[in-house]
Amino acid sequence: MSLALLIDFGSTYTKLRALDLASGDIAASAQGPSTVTSDVNVGLDAAMAALARVLGGTPRFAHRLACSSAAGGLRMVTVGLVKELTAEAARQAALGAGAKLVASHAYRLTAADVARIVERAPDIVLLCGGTDGGNRDVVVHNAHALAASTLACPVVVACNREAADDVVAALAAAGKAAIATANVLPGLDTLDIEPARAAIRDVFMRRIVAAKGIERAAARFDAVLMPTPAAVLEGARLLADGTPRRKGHGPLVVIDPGGATTDVHSIGRGEPSTPGVIRYGLPEPYAKRTVEGDLGMRHNAEAIAAAAGIDAIAADAGVPVAVATDAIAALHADVEALPRDPAQFALDAALARAAIRIAMTRHAGTCETVYTAQGPVSVQRGKDLSDVGLVIGTGGALVHARNPAAILAVAAADAADPLSLRPRAPRFAIDRHYLLYAAGLLAEAAPDAAFDLATRHLDLLTEGATA
Amino acid sequence: MSAPRAATATPFTLVTGVIGADTHIVGNRILSMALEEAGYRVVSLGALTPAGDFIRAAVETAADAILVSSLYGQGELDCRGFRELCIEAGLDDILLYVGGNLVVGKQPWDDVERRFLDMGFDRAFAPGTRVPEALAMLGADLAARTPKAARQ
Repeated sequence: MSLALLIDFGSTYTKLRALDLASGDIAASAQGPSTVTSDVNVGLDAAMAALARVLGGTPRFAHRLACSSAAGGLRMVTVGLVKELTAEAARQAALGAGAKLVASHAYRLTAADVARIVERAPDIVLLCGGTDGGNRDVVVHNAHALAASTLACPVVVACNREAADDVVAALAAAGKAAIATANVLPGLDTLDIEPARAAIRDVFMRRIVAAKGIERAAARFDAVLMPTPAAVLEGARLLADGTPRRKGHGPLVVIDPGGATTDVHSIGRGEPSTPGVIRYGLPEPYAKRTVEGDLGMRHNAEAIAAAAGIDAIAADAGVPVAVATDAIAALHADVEALPRDPAQFALDAALARAAIRIAMTRHAGTCETVYTAQGPVSVQRGKDLSDVGLVIGTGGALVHARNPAAILAVAAADAADPLSLRPRAPRFAIDRHYLLYAAGLLAEAAPDAAFDLATRHLDLLTEGATA
Repeated sequence: MSAPRAATATPFTLVTGVIGADTHIVGNRILSMALEEAGYRVVSLGALTPAGDFIRAAVETAADAILVSSLYGQGELDCRGFRELCIEAGLDDILLYVGGNLVVGKQPWDDVERRFLDMGFDRAFAPGTRVPEALAMLGADLAARTPKAARQ
């Protein structure tokens, strides 16, 4: 039996999945505590021991691949020129690389901006600005400003190609590690974030893993390939696109209502689904990730209630407002709390529904009618996800819910919000065994097995087949 | 028209588009194609373009000129404050052109032109202006300005 070991160094747990490469089945799952801040090996030892108990020993693995969101994840700062243009493209690139954005800047960096960036101590700064042949003085100014600072982290440079040499030289002269890659926005109609994502991932593998203390366990795996959110995005992409020998599932969405944030990933071009619609704004990434920092099931439960309205949450959960208010405050105090009684399950479901509805509304595009002298015209902003056929939920809030279908259903289009381009009639599924990250990690080394693994273990919540 | 600069120099960058709630794209597209053929780098924003988008695009692409089209008669409203927006964004001396059916009804062109020049446009073009005529003026106006290399 040829096995692959997929490791996720999380902030709370070190999770393991052992996969049978021939059959695409899970051979074993195990987890241990996360001990990255002390000695990563302690948690990994515990998880490996648990895995060995299931497998009856520790086999020789054909692949041992890891991702990590431990020690704060991949903390990034992005810098661009115009907020809606290169600054936005930089954000998209960093989010797509699985980063946690700790700050995003536009235009010329001031002394205060630079001080704040240094204070945030990011793992990587992504420096952008100017289309190719466009503005060069702002990104050069920003490079000199960063060069003159005490910033210690590497800088990935994805700016106007005509300015890139000067930018790298300015940073290098000050002893900063500067890595040049292609412009994230070579022209206003061309978003090109893949090279920047690859450069970020490369820096992550070479430098950040060591800085996060994971290299202490280096002998126990082949590589830490990417941050965990990037692995989930790669898993989603594999499911949607398939492999040369496996037909993909087509455009899809993955939603993860987590403890601190709600992540949404969409795979698909997002072009208008109806003819005659005019697209507005920056081109959209094919694989897009958004992170809602104010929507978290535990750390940000109060923020969900503030965004959705405590009355609406209470009504949805079927509990009095006062009870909901107290219960949500208690969640903030004990972020590890799991629901026990029916009221707590109902409240968790209401919070998850609100988080998913709001996060999907922000992620999906809109189609608005503009009245012109020539008659009404439809203008689309963002991605049209109307034709997305599959919405996958992942994470504890959905996996442990009593009725995940009723929670995920709010991701779909809603007659009350006709402008939102959310999926019209998707099927719903749950990543019950937490395998998307594993499929993403394995996507390069063993794409067919990874695809089979993710497909076979998708728990479909509505009628129909997954493959 | 030949290229506006010597072959070794960076071409001038122009931002074009149709301002406001105006969907008339055909003339603007023909103009953009002619400008590209003449050797300009054209950033074409298309129809239904808000004033702010012209300026944001010009900042990011370091444009030398913005060419605004308006065909539906509301140009005077849409273009109000355009120069001020440019100044606010640091594009104080960017060359600004406007052309098309700029106002409603039959009004004396001199009058219309004066209004747009007062708004801060460098030139306004009457309906029916031929492309070569506009290209000649553009070439001369850009040549009279500081070269891009000296500005950055």
